[in-house]
Amino acid sequence: MSQTLRKTLEFISVVEPASVIVSIRNLSRTFGSVKAVDGVNLDIYSGEFLTLLGPSGSGKTTVLRMIAGFEKPDSGTIELGGRDVSQLPPYERDVNTVFQDYALFPHMDVISNIGYGLRVAGVAKEERIARTEKALEQVRLTGYGDRKPAELSGGQRQRVALARALVNRPSVLLLDEPLGALDLKLREQMQIELKELQREVGITFIFVTHDQEEALTMSDRIAVFNLGNIEQLGTPREVYENPQSPFVSEFVGQTNKITMDGRQINIRPEFITVSKSAERGDRIVKGKLHDAIFVGATTRYLVDTELGESIISTDPSGLLDVGDDVVLSWESEKEFLVK
Amino acid sequence: MTISNKARYALMSLMGVGLAFIYIPLSVVIINSFNSSRTFSWPPQSFTTQWWSKAIGNTGVRKAFGWSLTAGLLATAIALLLGTSLAFAVSRYDFFGKEVISLLVILPISLPGVVTGIALSNAFNQQLGISTGLMTIVIGHATFTIVVVYNNALARLKRMGTSLQEASMDLGANGITTFRLITLPNLASALFAGALLAFGLSFDEIVVTTFTAGPGIQTLPIWIYNNLFRPNQAPIVNVVAATLVIVSVLPIYLSQRLSQDSTSGGRF
Repeated sequence: MSQTLRKTLEFISVVEPASVIVSIRNLSRTFGSVKAVDGVNLDIYSGEFLTLLGPSGSGKTTVLRMIAGFEKPDSGTIELGGRDVSQLPPYERDVNTVFQDYALFPHMDVISNIGYGLRVAGVAKEERIARTEKALEQVRLTGYGDRKPAELSGGQRQRVALARALVNRPSVLLLDEPLGALDLKLREQMQIELKELQREVGITFIFVTHDQEEALTMSDRIAVFNLGNIEQLGTPREVYENPQSPFVSEFVGQTNKITMDGRQINIRPEFITVSKSAERGDRIVKGKLHDAIFVGATTRYLVDTELGESIISTDPSGLLDVGDDVVLSWESEKEFLVK
Repeated sequence: MTISNKARYALMSLMGVGLAFIYIPLSVVIINSFNSSRTFSWPPQSFTTQWWSKAIGNTGVRKAFGWSLTAGLLATAIALLLGTSLAFAVSRYDFFGKEVISLLVILPISLPGVVTGIALSNAFNQQLGISTGLMTIVIGHATFTIVVVYNNALARLKRMGTSLQEASMDLGANGITTFRLITLPNLASALFAGALLAFGLSFDEIVVTTFTAGPGIQTLPIWIYNNLFRPNQAPIVNVVAATLVIVSVLPIYLSQRLSQDSTSGGRF
């Protein structure tokens, strides 16, 4: 308890000027007999990139849809800029959404799509055109204004959806797995672009994804969802290096669970060196190299150990062949305990 | 599926025979409307438009055409209003008895026209005490025109999903603006296709019309039926039949084209 408090105080002192823009209290929503969201509490700071990370059915999308106003909570409140908006319709909330399927209006060209929010808000035509053009430029689609959505590629549609939401200068931008439909290469490029865009415009981004790597890459903070609740909230580093629950340690990154001296310890594969002789730290386990799986940037070494458990390492030292007798070694301070 | 050449030719000639059965008699009707022989001697000796002029000049035909047109337009209007509303209710909301209502709307197309006709006629004349006339014809036609608009609208609404409406509301548009700027434009071609189909069905309907039209009203199909066995009217009957074919086939053709266009280009 005191540790949590200290962490909170540390956090506040680091980002002191940030104010809370979205404040969620005891939020719950049930679909039929399923508790999709079960008493969520969350404060989101102005200007931050916050990711709601979790497997499908963990409640992250439902939370996002309740912030947008597409779903009403059964109980609890959502405050936006200090005002309770939980019972307001979507068009009375100062948030905009980038949808998973983009939801571009098929009968309108790109310009009309982007200008839609300004049009229904009654913004004068000259200003509307100027702002729409600027938004097009911001997402690097200048010259595409008169195309229909059907004439654009997936990546281009994505950018139009982004421009359509951002042009209204909402206080919060909600992104519902917006990169899910893109191929890997484009997705990685868009991750960088999104992050840059967020810094540039300074708008709070609330980003929903089930991809832990995406979450670690882009976020200022991550809220890890499981079974309708937040299991851990923290910076990517905190979540990765110090997971607070078995679920988080499994879902974010890979974890070796090893029983040693009668207790369970957890250690990430990259902290274990696999070699012919002990090389690193104070923990040493002998074993036989069972398999080496090439996964691009790294190779995963699967070792059958003397403990009777298999351990994965991604840090080889020297030439190793399958079937070799090997030694695994690591520093015990890299281990983490899970409550 | 691959089929042998022999089977392919057999199937194609069977299809040819089937189509010929339907379309040769129809073509004969249209050709004969230009046949100068009063007894339709075949092959036609010479081309004439005199039957067409006579038909156009015939007050009975003109009146009947007017009634058919009015009934068709009114039945289509009712179908648009009720069919679209029903489609919205069924696609957007969950309520008790939804499946039953859906079935009840579709059911009348499978009922024989005679049954619908007698039932309506009984209801109008005996239970409700309404004298039959244009209004009862329109109600009779609406029983089957609602379905086609309903089906078209429902299919489109289901395909559209809810995310376009959500996006519109998210961008600040209320329900009415969203309907005007987003829902209706995306629904329009489906509604138009449904309306054309409804009009086509209503325009040439005879069975239900027979039971629901009062003594004073003749629609085109009823006029044909009444004049079918008068030899001196035969050439004009031909012209009216040809008109019926064209007026009811054209909307259905257009409607099909429209539905195809919107499936390929409407959504991505």
